[in-house]
Amino acid sequence: MNILELKNITKKYPGVIALNDVSIEFVQGEAHALVGENGAGKSTLIKSCTGAVKPNDGSIVIDGEVFTSLTPQISEAHGIGVIYQEFNLVGELSVAENIFLGRAIRKGLVINKKAMAREAAAIFEQFNIDIDPNELVSNLTVGYQQLVEIAKALSQKARILIMDEPSAPLTSAEAERLYQVVEKLKAKGVTVIYISHRMEEIFRLTDRITVLRDGQKIATVKTSETNMDDLVKLMVGRELKETYPQRKACISDEVLIEVKNLSGNGVNDISFEIRKGEVLGFAGLIGAGRTETAELLFGAAKRTGGSVRLHGKEVHPKTPRDAIDSGIALVPEDRKGKGALLDMTIRSNTSMAVLERISNFFTIDLKEEKRLAEEYKQSIRIKTPSVEQKIKNLSGGNQQKVIIARWLASKPELVIFDEPTRGIDVGAKSEIYTLVNSLVEAGKSVLMISSEMEEVMGMSDRIVVLCDGKISGSLDRKDFNQETIMNFASQK
Amino acid sequence: MGHLENLKGTAKAVDFAKQNGIYIVLFALIGFFSFASENFLVSHNLMNVARQVSMLGIAAVGFAFVLLLGGIDLSVGSVITLVNVVCGWFMVNAGMNPVLAIFITLTMATLIGFANGWIIANIEMPPLIVTLAMMIIIEGVAFLISKGLPIYGFPDSFAVIGQGYLGPIPIPVVIMIVILAIGAFILNKTYFGRYFYAVGGNEEAAKLSGIKVKNVKYLVYSLSGFFAGVAGIVILSRTNSATVTAGKMLELEILTACVLGGVSVTGGVGRISNVIAGVLILGVLSNGMVLMNVTEFTQMVIKGSVLLIAVAFDCLQHRKAS
Ligand SMILES: Nc1ncnc2c1ncn2[C@@H]1O[C@H](COP(=O)(O)OP(=O)(O)OP(=O)(O)O)[C@@H](O)[C@H]1O
Ligand SMILES: [Mg+2]
Repeated sequence: MNILELKNITKKYPGVIALNDVSIEFVQGEAHALVGENGAGKSTLIKSCTGAVKPNDGSIVIDGEVFTSLTPQISEAHGIGVIYQEFNLVGELSVAENIFLGRAIRKGLVINKKAMAREAAAIFEQFNIDIDPNELVSNLTVGYQQLVEIAKALSQKARILIMDEPSAPLTSAEAERLYQVVEKLKAKGVTVIYISHRMEEIFRLTDRITVLRDGQKIATVKTSETNMDDLVKLMVGRELKETYPQRKACISDEVLIEVKNLSGNGVNDISFEIRKGEVLGFAGLIGAGRTETAELLFGAAKRTGGSVRLHGKEVHPKTPRDAIDSGIALVPEDRKGKGALLDMTIRSNTSMAVLERISNFFTIDLKEEKRLAEEYKQSIRIKTPSVEQKIKNLSGGNQQKVIIARWLASKPELVIFDEPTRGIDVGAKSEIYTLVNSLVEAGKSVLMISSEMEEVMGMSDRIVVLCDGKISGSLDRKDFNQETIMNFASQK
Repeated sequence: MGHLENLKGTAKAVDFAKQNGIYIVLFALIGFFSFASENFLVSHNLMNVARQVSMLGIAAVGFAFVLLLGGIDLSVGSVITLVNVVCGWFMVNAGMNPVLAIFITLTMATLIGFANGWIIANIEMPPLIVTLAMMIIIEGVAFLISKGLPIYGFPDSFAVIGQGYLGPIPIPVVIMIVILAIGAFILNKTYFGRYFYAVGGNEEAAKLSGIKVKNVKYLVYSLSGFFAGVAGIVILSRTNSATVTAGKMLELEILTACVLGGVSVTGGVGRISNVIAGVLILGVLSNGMVLMNVTEFTQMVIKGSVLLIAVAFDCLQHRKAS
């Protein structure tokens, strides 16, 4: 039986047709994947199902009841729960308060915090999630915040649960827990609509897959009757070369950055070096201190001890500006919170770190700025009708590309990528890898923080593993091994 | 492809209407008063309106910067008052040369703004509280200096600023146009103007992009103080007398003008070209209401309602966006 049907949905934005006459049927109790490149229209499609976006055309059928204009209230009342790609949590409220936001449990007029905490704890326990319901959400890492989002949707007793890239910010251990949650949900008869760019999990979790490309439905296939290569071909419309492109041997003997006993910001005694033309991977669990180390190097947090030498010269960036000027760039992990200037254009976002360089007498060289934005729009294929578009109108993956463009534009010697491919499609992923390769081939150095095991192993020349704010192990490429890394990462 | 071009065309039209809708309101208002009173649409009255709004327009530039940053500056009204009193005192009681007196008072106004910015940036207090406290302090100081009495009898040369003409155009209007142009230039062409948007839009991201957020705050609040100072000088010269009520409640009118002009109270969004419309709407509204013999208290009710509607509209737009 079809629990949810989309009929001929069309959604146009100025200059973009996000969805073009898309029809999909969802069967009761199935796990149904939506896949497609960045900007293919996946998020727009699910927002149409929840009433967050009003399609220009088409209708939505829930349990046989036809709707031409849904509202979030109606869709929620019909049991559609959703976890959006971008978090919608309130940092100043506790975990439990967020879960019951707008539906607070009351005793008379008074909000019953204890009951909410109890209910929240019950949900967490049911799915083996270890979070204190009374903790403030702003104190949680991105990974845990995502888990709260999931718990929030679960608490609404949804019959259809839509997840937009839920696993993107999770470590492999957390993702594993998520998969178990999804499997439990399926066993309970909940229909799951699952958007993801990670192929393995799609094959593991889902029964059917619908492929979108450029706002059009390309096909719906049974997961058991397809394979990874065919699926990728459907998504990108062409054959894709291998995921981790080969790079020329380019590691020089010259050390670019030498970090000794670096401490502060929750990390302790961190020492490593990166040579020119080398990619150093940072592996570890969420909270291991990888992002924190990056912030120290970038002058975004206060150093309490240790030294950093760049080109053999002692540097001590006290602000990000100092770091940028000495040739360090940081592509942050939390795109919405620390990267994107949502109300500004792609052009302004791209030039933000180099504005003063392209200015004369305080005046921005607007032509040069535009050229810069166009150059990166081309070279890393940012999908948009114009660089004058505000970046809040871009799909998640394309926003990430704009932030990367900002940092490439600063012409850095060392680029720190913090989870660079989170939420990025297969095609764009390999573009970013190619980009990393071209950076190191041009003699730059890259520090790559990634929770995707395959990615750190595929891209790094060496891997340093962090655990509890300290370095717990270090491996050369020939010794790369998932198990060894996991052991280092979870060392107590 | 033709289809896409078409879409782009409508996109531009929609954008245009959204960005310039406030001018439609302005022209509707002008149309209304032209019908309602035959004295409205005559050139000397229109020039009057322009002169009346000039102090508002001048101070609104600094205020718009502050709003863009996601802050607020409630002290501008009392800065205007203090500038009146201090500049008047220097010229009359100390016999100081007007140019020097103006220079010193503008420096003072800028420093008051800087102090606001410094406290907000370093002690991380909410701008609302800091500038409210500053407003009360400054008002008190103005009273202490003037003992609550008006100061008058300025040198004749000083009157040019508020009462002179450049051809047919009153000098205050000329000053306003110049300052609005400077404001637009700062926002559209300079890198630090761009930083106002960035800091107001996402402070953390701005910081990580290498922007020295504290410096931006110092600059913006200093500019707010400076432009309020200029407005104060214009008022002083125009009224030819320094009183402790010179700037009373002006901060609210300035706020209304900015928000009407589409500057978001939550920061990051706004343009000078629309602030001009906001300023003119307020001017046309006051002038038109006076011509129609609307009482002062009814005017208060209407102006307060305009502020409320403008802010409500801004908030609704935000809700829709998220
Ligand atoms: N509010 C908007 N205004 C203008 N264009 C928009 C808006 N929202 C989405 N779009 C455009 O619609 C297209 C589809 O976007 P959508 O977010 O659905 O992509 P997606 O498949 O979810 O991509 P991703 O994998 O990167 O999250 C994109 O080209 C995007 O730029
Ligand atoms: Mg999406």
